[in-house]
Amino acid sequence: MDDNTGPSRRPTLGDRRKERIDALATAGTVVDEPGKSLLRSAWERLRRDPVFLVGAAITLVFVVLAIISPWIAPWDVTANPLIDKVRPQSNPVPGPEPGHLLGADDRGRDLFSRLLVGSRQTLVVGVFATLLGLLGGITLGALAGAIGGFVDTVVMRIVDVMLSFPALLLAFTIASLAREPSQWTLIIAIATTQVPIFARLLRGSMLAQRSSDHVLAARSLGVRPRAIVFRHMLPNAMGPVIVQATLSLATAIIEAAALSFLGLGNPDQRQPEWGQMLGLAQRYISEAPHLAFYPAGCIIVVALGFTLMGESLREALDPKSRR
Amino acid sequence: MTQATQHSSRPGAGSSEPLLSVRDLRVTFQRQGEEEFHAVDGVSFDVRPGQTVGLVGESGCGKSVTSLAIMGLLPGRGNRVSGSAIFDGEDLLTLSPSAMRDRRGSEIAMIFQDPLSSLNPVISIGRQVTEVMERHQGLSRKQATPKAADLLERVGIPDPKARLLNYPHQLSGGMRQRALIAMALACNPRLLIADEPTTALDVTIQAQILALLKELVVDTGTALVMITHDLGVVAGLCDEVNVLYGGKVVERGGRHGLFRDPRHPYTVGLLNSIPRLDAARGDKLSPVPGSVADNLPWTAACAFAPRCSNAIDPCTAETPQWEGDQVVGFRCFNPMGGTR
Ligand SMILES: Nc1ncnc2c1ncn2[C@@H]1O[C@H](COP(=O)(O)OP(=O)(O)OP(=O)(O)O)[C@@H](O)[C@H]1O
Ligand code: SF4
Ligand SMILES: [Mg+2]
Repeated sequence: MDDNTGPSRRPTLGDRRKERIDALATAGTVVDEPGKSLLRSAWERLRRDPVFLVGAAITLVFVVLAIISPWIAPWDVTANPLIDKVRPQSNPVPGPEPGHLLGADDRGRDLFSRLLVGSRQTLVVGVFATLLGLLGGITLGALAGAIGGFVDTVVMRIVDVMLSFPALLLAFTIASLAREPSQWTLIIAIATTQVPIFARLLRGSMLAQRSSDHVLAARSLGVRPRAIVFRHMLPNAMGPVIVQATLSLATAIIEAAALSFLGLGNPDQRQPEWGQMLGLAQRYISEAPHLAFYPAGCIIVVALGFTLMGESLREALDPKSRR
Repeated sequence: MTQATQHSSRPGAGSSEPLLSVRDLRVTFQRQGEEEFHAVDGVSFDVRPGQTVGLVGESGCGKSVTSLAIMGLLPGRGNRVSGSAIFDGEDLLTLSPSAMRDRRGSEIAMIFQDPLSSLNPVISIGRQVTEVMERHQGLSRKQATPKAADLLERVGIPDPKARLLNYPHQLSGGMRQRALIAMALACNPRLLIADEPTTALDVTIQAQILALLKELVVDTGTALVMITHDLGVVAGLCDEVNVLYGGKVVERGGRHGLFRDPRHPYTVGLLNSIPRLDAARGDKLSPVPGSVADNLPWTAACAFAPRCSNAIDPCTAETPQWEGDQVVGFRCFNPMGGTR
């Protein structure tokens, strides 16, 4: 799509990201033999793919826990039942004891409950950042892909500039523009990094749709341009975007954790969040490494779940990766 | 005696005014950094109401581009279209995009080669058929649905009510092509252009689809432009045949005349290669030795000369002119059977 990758130049980060996006854009729109849409046969393959099943299982457990956590958490996340056991000099972080599976943090709050409830913030930030990113990306990508010409050129220039920044750096910059950090600055910052990915992806698959046989056939019947875009192009172009959205949930969760670790997340400790907990654990990293280990482990497992699911979706959709 | 009268049957000659009259149609593709390419190079032909006209020629001779140009469906950029295509007194090539949209699907419709990829995979068959009627006849979806079922029945789809709810991948290839035919005929167009409607189908299904098309055009009086690379298809269906080579019509004649007394060497090559039933499906047809890649430019030669066994000196020096009229004729310096 872009021809700025000269043969002699080493591909930059931006180039590699673009390449990956464009490969996915064309993948979801191919029709598979015999007489099945690629999406459908991809689904049939996925149902038997252990990687996908593991990823989906992790994701499911995480989502269910995040939703029901306030009701199943043994302790209130703001209560500090173990405050009496906290000795700032000798024992800053009380260990496990009956009723407190993982012990407490430096303020005597039940660690297990905070981890459990922390999944909520992580899910909320990941989901809202991805939804917001989708909204922005779909709007831009659909505009560029449907109108083409000048609009396309302008939109794609902006998108490519955004893509050439490393995502975390971009999110960091945007989050630090906010006067005071909050959950929403985090969401907006991460969503911004997702927008160009979705935009380029959708634009690519819209272009593939625009030159497809069934769009030509619809045009040959006099179908109006608006219906062509919304009924014949967009629904068929969305497959790759949905795959990318699952992958984006993983990166959004990791980015959210990274940003709150750096103090750009929600500072309100009454709403625990894994990255925030990780940040707070720094002070005790030598005395109580488990304080960092648990939230970090949670982040890794959940991100792994989304990535396994997303990557196996991508693979199932990409004709080149199959026999 | 003129060349033209050699052919005994003059199909539909003077029977009525042409419904579609294509004159000197040219389509030139211009890609950045590439030479201009004349995909269609001055094509003229007439289609009368109720008549079936064939456009025949091997891959790349400009059949699809001709039909897309008439339909106003060529991509907006990178090509230039000239000439005229008078349909019912209006030049389709100069109509505004929205006026052309109003004609497409209601006055002129088209059927494409690959029925699977020509259907929208995420919308039910019923929805795709009713969409056309909603668009052109102002019907609501509710009003259009029973009509859609009737249509599917008419094109030979069994259990049409159930099929309305199916998605394209749930239908067989032949059924899909029938559904596409139903969509094209939904608003009773006066002209139907079928671009290789059977090429992607099994041989037995091909025959059924051709029979269906013939039946429908006879029943409704629809004029049909039949595009194919297979003279065998033409033989059973067309009243008049135009043989295309390198973007030009090189021979035209009535079905009987052309088959009995072909004049252009390329037509003879095509006739000798009518595929037999035992030919494997999807075999690339190369009716005449060599390929279109060998073509000379029409500007100062006969494009077919490098592949022609009849070639004589002028063939590589001048452009052969059309000898004949709008009903029969050919473009050759050394035609079969001599210049007479
Ligand atoms: N959009 C385009 N841009 C440039 N060249 C094109 C374009 N569309 C078609 N052509 C060229 O125009 C020529 C005629 O193409 P066309 O599709 O009309 O062939 P055809 O006779 O329909 O062949 P087939 O039997 O393969 O369908 C071909 O050489 C093709 O490469
Ligand atoms: S003009 Fe010459 S080269 Fe062309 S078809 Fe006729 S004989 Fe062959
Ligand atoms: Mg064609």
